[in-house]
Amino acid sequence: MPPTTPTAPADPDEPAQDGHPPPGLPARHPPAGAGAAWGLYGSVARGSFRRYATYRAATLAGLFTNTVFGFILAYTFAALWQARPGLGGYDTSQAVTYIWVSQGLLVTVAVWGGGFQDDVQTRIRDGDIVVDLYRPVDFQLWWLASDLGRAAFHLLARGIVPLAVGALAFHLRMPVSASTWVAFLLSVALAVVVSFGIRYLVSLAGFWLLDSEGLRTVALLLGMFFSGMLLPIALFPGALGEVARIMPWSAMIQIPGDVFLERRTGGDLAAAFGFQAAWALVLLAAGRAVQGLATRKVVVQGG
Amino acid sequence: MTAGMWVRSALTYRASFAMMLLGNLAVTTLDFVIVALMFQHTDHLGGWAMPEVAFLYATSSLAIGIADLLVGSIEGLGRRVRLGTFDTMLVRPAPVLAQMAADRFALRRLGRPLQACAVLVWSLTAVDVHWTWDRVLLVPVMLVCGAVIFAALFVAGAAFQFWAADAAEVQNSFTYGGATMLQYPPTIFARELVTGVVFGVPLAFVNWLPALHVLDRPDPLGLPEAFHFASPLAAALAATVAWLAWRAGVRAYRGTGS
Repeated sequence: MPPTTPTAPADPDEPAQDGHPPPGLPARHPPAGAGAAWGLYGSVARGSFRRYATYRAATLAGLFTNTVFGFILAYTFAALWQARPGLGGYDTSQAVTYIWVSQGLLVTVAVWGGGFQDDVQTRIRDGDIVVDLYRPVDFQLWWLASDLGRAAFHLLARGIVPLAVGALAFHLRMPVSASTWVAFLLSVALAVVVSFGIRYLVSLAGFWLLDSEGLRTVALLLGMFFSGMLLPIALFPGALGEVARIMPWSAMIQIPGDVFLERRTGGDLAAAFGFQAAWALVLLAAGRAVQGLATRKVVVQGG
Repeated sequence: MTAGMWVRSALTYRASFAMMLLGNLAVTTLDFVIVALMFQHTDHLGGWAMPEVAFLYATSSLAIGIADLLVGSIEGLGRRVRLGTFDTMLVRPAPVLAQMAADRFALRRLGRPLQACAVLVWSLTAVDVHWTWDRVLLVPVMLVCGAVIFAALFVAGAAFQFWAADAAEVQNSFTYGGATMLQYPPTIFARELVTGVVFGVPLAFVNWLPALHVLDRPDPLGLPEAFHFASPLAAALAATVAWLAWRAGVRAYRGTGS
């Protein structure tokens, strides 16, 4: 059987229904020390990177889609900023750049959901999860490592080309300082962890909901809107903007986008990292707590 | 019958279904919220006022919503080809195209057309138009033709998956990408892009060209007047090409043997 596409479908209401069993966890013994443990998670991340790199046609198709949407949205933004120059503190080329950066990050930070989420949900539905939870590896760290590997691949495969095409077709505002690229990468990494934390909670809800697709749609909706994916949060009116700024989703697109545009520098940059890291920790801790509840639920059911 | 089966299956998990329908409604409302937020900051986008853009939004969204409801499931073809389950459809005594359209028929997709209808009603009351009989008639005609054009794109895109089973996402560029583009005035896009959706992929016939006549707006491309009324012709052409592509695809199909 040829490999199936791991990418989330662009139709937001149609969750990916891969027909293949997810890779699951290894039936190996616990690694000896902390060093070996990090080696294990590193190899999980690398394996995940390679897994996604196998789907060449799907990657190319997704790349094409990101580029097409980049063009459409860049034109609408250019029109809006032509009518209102300097809107939200962005000049026109910054606004258009924001669009291309957000298209490059869409799949990397999995704003639509997906990635490991499909695997975990399938395993919850099929009951395989019971075995996973009692394996001698950390369940949450395992999937986090796998998701970081996936994100690294998507950043390379679906981030660079749309940005390059955008730079050829539009006047983009690229980072002036080399250190901005480093800050951007760090911000994207934190964005992926925040996104992971949210998707992990949504997946675990499957233990109680039986079918978590509905919740997933709601999560997608909140993510698309509050991440700043569709419109920079600076353009949200009044209280809505205030709320959007402190929600975890703004750590996913808005903050990396602003870091790229060098709107966050010095103390502001540190505050941005602090915000992202704080949400990452809160969400990871919540995920761990829910995982504990889920494990106990499994025991009660005699699974 | 297949569609009925999938509807019953969806209704089994009622809470989840309600959430999905609501979620679907909310997801599609979201892009209109974005349009509304844009108009919080400006009166005109590309020279078009909010009710006019709302008219474009509603006609584009309603057309793709109907097409998606009727044949949208067809994009699952790539998966069936990969898994080899497409073969079972070939041996059943029913048209393959109809079977694929009814496969995983999702009632929750009603969300988009419902929301688009609401926006359409509002935009029709809000636009400043002198309603002559030809303008009134053109609105339902463009909705039907638009749905046919989008349905043709879904089918043609699915046919493409017979050759590239993994590349389902390309289809989304033309369907969902096209629908997004048509929600905004043609004046904001580069000329080449607008020309492309008139003479290449016939998206401009879904709503841009007829809307120019309905709303009495100047044509940025300066095309002959007849183009504003040519949607039925474009829809017929698109449907024919899609049908031929589909037939060629089914003929070229070889099972994977898995």
